[in-house]
Amino acid sequence: MSKDGNEAKGIEAEGLVREFKNGPRAVDGIDLRVAPGEIYGFLGPNGAGKSTTVLMLTTLLPPTAGTARVAGFDIAAEGGRVRGAIGAALQEAALDPLLSGREHMRLQTALHGLAKAERAERSDELLARVGLSEAADREVGGYSGGMKRRLDLALALVHRPRILFLDEPTTGLDIQSRTALWDEVARLASAEGVTVFLTTQYLEEADALADRVGIIDHGRIVAEGTPAELKAEIGRPTVEAVPRDPADQERVARALQPFGEEAGATRRGGASVLLGGGESQLADVVRALDAEGIAIEQLQLHAPSLDDVFLAKTGRSLEGAGEEEAEAGSEEMEAVRA
Amino acid sequence: MSGTLRTQVGQLARRSVLRTMRQPAQIVPALVFPLFLLAVNSGGLKDATSLPGFPTDSYLTFALAVPFMQGALFSVMNAGTDLARDIETGFLNRLALTPLRGAALLSGLLAGAVVLGLVQAATYLIVGLTAGAELAAGVPGALVIVALSISITVAFGSIGLFAALRTGSGEAVQGLFPLFFVILFLSSMALPLDLLQTDWFHAVASANPVSYLLAAFRSLLIEGWDPGALALGFGIAAAVLAIGMFAASAALKTRLVRT
Repeated sequence: MSKDGNEAKGIEAEGLVREFKNGPRAVDGIDLRVAPGEIYGFLGPNGAGKSTTVLMLTTLLPPTAGTARVAGFDIAAEGGRVRGAIGAALQEAALDPLLSGREHMRLQTALHGLAKAERAERSDELLARVGLSEAADREVGGYSGGMKRRLDLALALVHRPRILFLDEPTTGLDIQSRTALWDEVARLASAEGVTVFLTTQYLEEADALADRVGIIDHGRIVAEGTPAELKAEIGRPTVEAVPRDPADQERVARALQPFGEEAGATRRGGASVLLGGGESQLADVVRALDAEGIAIEQLQLHAPSLDDVFLAKTGRSLEGAGEEEAEAGSEEMEAVRA
Repeated sequence: MSGTLRTQVGQLARRSVLRTMRQPAQIVPALVFPLFLLAVNSGGLKDATSLPGFPTDSYLTFALAVPFMQGALFSVMNAGTDLARDIETGFLNRLALTPLRGAALLSGLLAGAVVLGLVQAATYLIVGLTAGAELAAGVPGALVIVALSISITVAFGSIGLFAALRTGSGEAVQGLFPLFFVILFLSSMALPLDLLQTDWFHAVASANPVSYLLAAFRSLLIEGWDPGALALGFGIAAAVLAIGMFAASAALKTRLVRT
């Protein structure tokens, strides 16, 4: 236990709000409880309020209303102590393209007050851990996106933070880099007891990594629980039918309608429905489509996913919402920078 | 200065110097452009030395003061653009998450301007003297010229930092360059103050601090040692630095809204 007694404290927020001048209420009354050592996935489309929440919890943006304590410290009144307890890799890997990986580590270790003798050792240890030992002396401008993200993570860890904020850490990464980063984040939580607050717009990331997930939409948390709990809430599989002739999309939707709650048009030009009676209805679905004389290209049964949860809670698909709100998200970040 | 602050300043200064040295595009124009103008002006305006009261018979010696000022103007752009880029890329947020003090950030960033100022001053002086300019104050005077040049470079650099923190935009910082050049031209850049015949120009140039910065350089190049001119030159540089740092500190507080 540390002197301040806050070693085993996670993140708590009540009624957290952030409004921008002449702008939207980017975060609209968020309540959060993240336990120490937990990986909390904050899932939502672009512009939902994820990054604004992270900026407030990391003390870089004062909340308009509400309170939050991170590692036991008040984000508004004890900003310095919060920053001492957390590490953060924010949305864009903010690195200096003219410095090498090792020079970044040297700067970061010094600014965090590590003793001179410890700086090189800690830098080497972290560079090795994220697989950048060989590239450590190259200028970061020549790094790939994955390498930059890994360096970003290493920089966030130099002062051994108890809580780590990762804002969309794998956006734009290839699957190999993404998996490597997931492994390291999982190891940090399990082996070192680091609390991880991870924002993402990738369902599989939240599903694979998070102990609990909060789904955020339009600045509000619309669902929260373990991925299994959230999916169990939906409980029903989705059947998706894609007609051979895209003009038949509406006929497919009409044919599926009697089987349950309509889930809407799909990206592949088909229609889907949440099967009210479960998987046993699949044979009836096939018969109904056949009776309508619709030639089917693909018929798929999906187990409940976090996207289904998002759909059930917001009436929209997460991926579609992402495209729809991308512009709003970009405006939100501009407002933060201004 | 506490050990922590010294470490922070040192590390940020090191970064600033590395950045400056790794950007030839920052260094080369700051060296070449003022020397090019020196060559053009000293060739085209050499007949001005025959005006009654002109302080020297070498226009090159008179004009050699100007590159030091032009070089300082480049420092506004370079220091400001570097900081604006840190704001635009989010690097400033990374720094804000550390226990970094604002004073360390500003001082560290200006260290790059010191290095650039040193390289610039040495180059202008060597090229000018090689081309035939005189240096009445001798070797000690050369050292004072370098010190004055660095002081002015840092002072102007602080204005660049303020502009970057206020606007957060590299383009906005670069937009200051023409304005500063106009200020330079509205000074005793081409002729001594007492030979400026146009009333309004004489009034503007007399009120322009740049004229007195130029006079400090010229005192060493042409006359030898003039404590009054040097005190005024260093004093103006110190005042600009104080105002620039005060404004930049205030802008940094607004920019870094961390709690």
